[in-house]
Amino acid sequence: MDTIETIKQQISENTIILYMKGSPNAPQCGFSQRASQAIMACGQRFAYVDILSNPEIRSELPKYANWPTFPQLWVKGELIGGCDIITEMHTKGELKPLLDEASS
Amino acid sequence: MSQQQAIEAALREAFNPVFLSIENESHMHNVPAGSESHFKVQLVAEAFSGKRLVQQHQLVYGALGEIMQQIHALALHTWAPDQWQGDQAPASPQCLGGSKVG
Repeated sequence: MDTIETIKQQISENTIILYMKGSPNAPQCGFSQRASQAIMACGQRFAYVDILSNPEIRSELPKYANWPTFPQLWVKGELIGGCDIITEMHTKGELKPLLDEASS
Repeated sequence: MSQQQAIEAALREAFNPVFLSIENESHMHNVPAGSESHFKVQLVAEAFSGKRLVQQHQLVYGALGEIMQQIHALALHTWAPDQWQGDQAPASPQCLGGSKVG
């Protein structure tokens, strides 16, 4: 399967999916750490892809997403944003309702 | 032109900002002194009115174009003028050594 098809499959099969550097328990970048902590604090199950160990996805997803950096949070097939947006939504109390609704 | 100057020129050209702040945060990261790898931008512009945050940031990335390929990270905080209440961006995260592993 080509990389774009893999990405499409990942974001369609996983209601909440975070593309990040490292894993939520061992993030390799401060931005990925902050994003994954905000998502974990909301309490819903989510998938993640470590783009450091998936170089094809690291290279192709920014073009597909029109978003040049990581982390990237996708919910129900839609790009929500990167670290700054995730953090801001969490601070404003908007992230948990979004993730709760998506998981229900 | 430094990266910081290039970022400022591109954003002023694209957005005619109400407020623009650009900080070089590379010193917080695992890069040589004097690097221009990590930046924080705060930008208030009319173009953001009525747009969701993800769309606002995509506008900024579009305006920066190739510059995004030349830097490692851009902390981005955007507001429409009527949403902005002065400088309120949170501090950017500290480095975890990510550039060493990829």
